[in-house]
Amino acid sequence: MRPGPEVAAAVADAHRREWAFVLAAVVRVAGDIDRAEECVQDAYARALDTWDRTGVPKNSAAWLTTVARRKALDLLRRDATAHRALPDLAGHVLVAADPPEPESIPDDRLRLIFTCCHPALATEAQVALSLRLLCGMSTAEVASAFLVSEPTMAARITRAKKKIAGANIPYRIPPERELPERIRAVLEALHLLFTTGHTAPAGADLVRADLVDRAIALTRMLRELLPGDAEVAGLLALELLTDARRAGRVDSAGRQVLLEDQDRASWDAAAIAEGTALVREALQRRPVGRYSVMAAIAAVHSEAPTWAATDWPEIVGLYDVLLHQWPSPIVALNRAVAIGFADGQAAGLAALDCLSDEPQLAAYGYLAAARAHFLAGLGRSQDARLAYDEALLLTENAAERDLLIRRLKELDR
Amino acid sequence: MSQYLILIYHDEAAAAAFERAQPGVTTAAHRSFMERNRDVILGGNALQPTATATTVRPDRRQSFIVTDAPFAETKEALGGYYLIEAANLDDALAVAEQVPSRFGCLEVRPVHQVG
Repeated sequence: MRPGPEVAAAVADAHRREWAFVLAAVVRVAGDIDRAEECVQDAYARALDTWDRTGVPKNSAAWLTTVARRKALDLLRRDATAHRALPDLAGHVLVAADPPEPESIPDDRLRLIFTCCHPALATEAQVALSLRLLCGMSTAEVASAFLVSEPTMAARITRAKKKIAGANIPYRIPPERELPERIRAVLEALHLLFTTGHTAPAGADLVRADLVDRAIALTRMLRELLPGDAEVAGLLALELLTDARRAGRVDSAGRQVLLEDQDRASWDAAAIAEGTALVREALQRRPVGRYSVMAAIAAVHSEAPTWAATDWPEIVGLYDVLLHQWPSPIVALNRAVAIGFADGQAAGLAALDCLSDEPQLAAYGYLAAARAHFLAGLGRSQDARLAYDEALLLTENAAERDLLIRRLKELDR
Repeated sequence: MSQYLILIYHDEAAAAAFERAQPGVTTAAHRSFMERNRDVILGGNALQPTATATTVRPDRRQSFIVTDAPFAETKEALGGYYLIEAANLDDALAVAEQVPSRFGCLEVRPVHQVG
């Protein structure tokens, strides 16, 4: 029998909102991520059938957790029986714990987050595992999100899971002294997920909304679990304030619109209000972290009624703080662009030219694009043309390329 | 408990030069490391330089090709190891971080558990 639409919707909703909670609670019983995933999938399948008969339970997460845990314990008992039957093959007999009371189910999601984002795993594996285990996305969905084939993504996820099991990466919240560094690794993985969605590195679309939404949902989850961490607040603020401009970043023809040309009325006011409040909170702590400063820069843009009214000296000052904390050529590039708007295009060009020897920027299209922009503004059309050509060689996103080509054509007018 | 092998890879020339300049300092650092971690160290040794290595590779005729060299020529070569016992990877990494390794890096590998 096919379940009714309300039940199917309730199960889909529980999948989206409670997958991580349920899986995290089951991993500890199952002792193995693969087996836990299997049991959780089984519980969701059963929910479709059972809830149709009994109605949707009040606490669907607790229901799913109990059913999945029971399945995990059944599997453990079956294994223990098999081991007893073959005592010489197994050096030990597994003893299954009594099923815990549903009320005592603690929130294990933090353990799962720290396991997915363990620094002993490659960052791209951390991101893939997070989508798979924390968001409950299928391998096919994760593969399509990163524009790789399903077998490639399956191999990446399997390899990461094998490393967790083989190297015995612990399923726990790291001790106090390791915590700041481990939180930083989690934030880095979530930020990478967000930026990959915000400006897709390749492909037809500028924004991969699915990735952006997942990144924000995961950062919200982290915020709920670590409410006292300023950088978690900072990253959530950065994501909300950046994504608030989503509707204005692409025009009706799908072409990219730069910040200066965006219709600010199209920005999401509620996301800006939430992000701004989070930035205020994050900036009250010392030391101020990297994501909080980046969010503060985004907030200055959000507060400006027009591009011309942007407080550029404030933005340059924030980039100075950011560069001090995070001496990266990409930050220096953004700072140089801000100088161009604060002190004039010649000053911006001079600041950009200081970065021309940075090996990390050699293959980075934004440096050439920014130079081209200032050169065009200074009336040096020939130099601007060369710089746009260079930027085009280094840019693979279709919407970004289209914008560069349009700017190149404008030079001829 | 799991077992992990901590492999010490180093630049042999740099390590040898340091030994000539400050004899005994590296050995003392290892002694101190072993003293501090004696509860978890199951074994360990320093190796002779790669110039003493011989590679033995079976060929298709069920005999062996013996070569006077390490199996791969790299700037950083295996110079020694510790076998340790740890509850999990985090604890193993915490031990590895204390191993003297100023001329290279450490690789931490879980030992395959039989049974």
